[in-house]
Amino acid sequence: MEKDQHTHIVKYKTYLYVLIALLIMTFISVAVTGIDLGPYTVTAALLLASFKSILVLLIFMHLKFDKKFYGIMVASVFLLLACVIVITFMDYLYR
Amino acid sequence: MSETVNQHTEVSYLEYKGRFKGLFAWIFSTDHKRIGLLYLYSMLVLFSVAALLGLAMKIELIAPGKTIMDAQTYNSFFTLHGITMIFLIVVPGLPAVFGNFFLPIMIGAKDVAFPKLNLLSWWIYIIGAFIALSAQFLGDGAPDTGWTFYAPYSFRTGTNMLPAVTGAFVLGFSSIATGINFIVTVHRMRAPGMTWMKMPLFPWALYGTSWIQVLATPIVGVTLLMIVLERTMQIGFFDPALGGDPILYQHLFWIYSHPAVYIMILPAMGVISEIIPTFARKTIFGYKAIVVSTLAIAFVGYFVWGHHMFTSGMSGTALYTFSILTFFVAIPSAIKIFNWVATLHKASIDIQTPFLWALCFLFVFMVGGLSGMVLGALSTNVHLHDTAFVVAHFHFIVFGGTGYAFFGAIHYWYPKMFGKMYDKSWANIGLAIFFTGFNTLYLPMFYLGMTGMPRRYYDYVDEFHGPNIVSSLGALLMISGLIIIITNLVRSAKYGAPAEADPWQGKTLEWTVASPPSLENFEKIPTVTKHPYGYE
Amino acid sequence: MDMNDHQVHIDEHRDDEGAKTGMWIFIFTELLLFGGLFIAYSVYRYLNPLAFHLAAEELDTTLGTINTVILLVSSMTIAMSISAMQYKNKKLTLIFMTITLLLALAFMVNKYFEWSGKISHGIYPGSMTLQEASRGELLFFGLYYAMTGLHALHIVIGMAFIGYVMHLVIKNEVQHDNFAILENSGLYWHLVDLIWIFLFPLFYLIT
Repeated sequence: MEKDQHTHIVKYKTYLYVLIALLIMTFISVAVTGIDLGPYTVTAALLLASFKSILVLLIFMHLKFDKKFYGIMVASVFLLLACVIVITFMDYLYR
Repeated sequence: MSETVNQHTEVSYLEYKGRFKGLFAWIFSTDHKRIGLLYLYSMLVLFSVAALLGLAMKIELIAPGKTIMDAQTYNSFFTLHGITMIFLIVVPGLPAVFGNFFLPIMIGAKDVAFPKLNLLSWWIYIIGAFIALSAQFLGDGAPDTGWTFYAPYSFRTGTNMLPAVTGAFVLGFSSIATGINFIVTVHRMRAPGMTWMKMPLFPWALYGTSWIQVLATPIVGVTLLMIVLERTMQIGFFDPALGGDPILYQHLFWIYSHPAVYIMILPAMGVISEIIPTFARKTIFGYKAIVVSTLAIAFVGYFVWGHHMFTSGMSGTALYTFSILTFFVAIPSAIKIFNWVATLHKASIDIQTPFLWALCFLFVFMVGGLSGMVLGALSTNVHLHDTAFVVAHFHFIVFGGTGYAFFGAIHYWYPKMFGKMYDKSWANIGLAIFFTGFNTLYLPMFYLGMTGMPRRYYDYVDEFHGPNIVSSLGALLMISGLIIIITNLVRSAKYGAPAEADPWQGKTLEWTVASPPSLENFEKIPTVTKHPYGYE
Repeated sequence: MDMNDHQVHIDEHRDDEGAKTGMWIFIFTELLLFGGLFIAYSVYRYLNPLAFHLAAEELDTTLGTINTVILLVSSMTIAMSISAMQYKNKKLTLIFMTITLLLALAFMVNKYFEWSGKISHGIYPGSMTLQEASRGELLFFGLYYAMTGLHALHIVIGMAFIGYVMHLVIKNEVQHDNFAILENSGLYWHLVDLIWIFLFPLFYLIT
């Protein structure tokens, strides 16, 4: 079964396209901060960062081509961290 | 490339005898069994030291005022007792000793997934221990913050905090290395036919524990790092004078240290889940419920850290949230108790030393668990916070839970680990004295706490004198029990009768191999077809 | 860690998939290590929103953007080196890895100038300027140095890791049917990139 794992070769072109997408998103997020969107500035920057990290995880880190179980683990870890932050803010938001 | 364990033609990669002799054959061995024993011996030494510190504290408390030590010595004693017991013994305890020794054997593997990483984790453990303990002897006096290193005192105190904090940080790596190793071992190296639901419960518990080790330890790692930066570079993370929030330190610390309680207790529950069906000669009742509750404890246990901070000044919303979540986490623990008791129902029980340890575990764990409910409720917590009640509660859980399971485990697996049988009657006498001493020591502390005796003071008012005398005498009794137990075990390693492969008629895989197991555990990797506790 | 390396292992257990699982789990610990700092960041930012905005203006967005681009490109080249290895092109693998290392070096040089610029302006933990600044700004720079410093440390570790794997590639110990360690060094490098993807907007783009 491991044979399938490693016979999947990602093409150079795919990586190049992903890089271009990542760079475009970087420049958008830099440009967005120039415009004053109020509280949405942070939201926009973080949203773009999330998209970028999803691209890195899926393509560069091969989650898209690996067994599903890796993707599930990664998602759970991010979910865990999110839950911890939310619960921590139960304190700070209402103090 | 597929996973391969080739047939060995020449020297096995596990073979240590060819390369090193004597002590080096142990401290450079990548054999999981030797690493498990290395941990056992290291912990035995550290445990004796920390237990004697505890005894010294109880002797100090036998009478009001200064008895044998002054306040500062007492402060450093409870700090060192806590650091050693928590970071060096109960957190790594069961996984590092019995997990290393038995996880591969119980799932039918020849070793853990990363044997060299395993050896490295022991070395990091030893280095971390030396760094942490060096704090006692170097520089400006022993640390006096308690094992929790609460800010802002931990960077204001003039004592020698840096080595203690750095040592705890380093020990985290050891814990993480073991965790990674066990998760991959369970995922990749189960014997053919051993599906997830045919895996024995101790490996299941180790699996849950490993996830907590991996996912919680880094948070305390970075928190301790922040304390180091705070002390050395005045960054101001937790210093109110520099804008920081000391309560954030408590949050970050307990985000690790509460799950750490489950790192301690989950493998203990796993041990009990092995001992009970073996001596009840019965399949465990509700195997799946135990598995699910193990994972549920691991998961929910991550979100209850705030119940250590009810009086810190958190927001009301946070208080309710943490209190409710704390009551949730009690549910899976109770499920396990019911499963164990139900397994005993109508069983033809073979009463042996390990089984007696398991029974005592059930008793003390229930006392500890129920007193935990008292502390988990907001209103009673305010009354009992930082009193002797808390000390009694966590000794019932941590010492009563993990400690009893540790001794239960060693009496259960001793014949397998050393190939010798210990003297059973002395073991039982030791247990009886220990158990009596334990309850005499800690039960009065519940009362003392309720009547208002604070923890972490070397002195108290006269009203508390009576129960403190009882408690201190209990400590002496408990230590004498411990001495009998440990002496019996050490002596039997040399003089005990040779043990059979399966002295308790256990059904899990470790009982199918010789006592002690051969270098590669199995001549041929077994194929598993049955449920682990197939007595019927 | 291993004193066995010079020994010939007749039948060492080899499990590439297991090695990868182990690497991923290690990456989770790294994510949570930074997670602790991100929690501290979000709390202090919530408590001092204005000071964080003011302090962030001290940081040079251009330098930050250049470093982001550098890391993204290096992430691509290390990913490409794995494909090159699978195509059995050793030379191209080494070229991609060399580019990655050079980019990492460029990142560090950039970082050096950024930090020394800050320090020469008197902005460093414990400095007089910061003692007089508002508490929020002090926290911002404390977090800035701690988080980018820890990240830079990871860059250095990643460079050492990639360098070691390059050495194995040169010695033909990593080949098209045996490149788990190359994949793992790549995963580690992407992790470094991943963390920077979040550090960049949180420190440079909140003005």
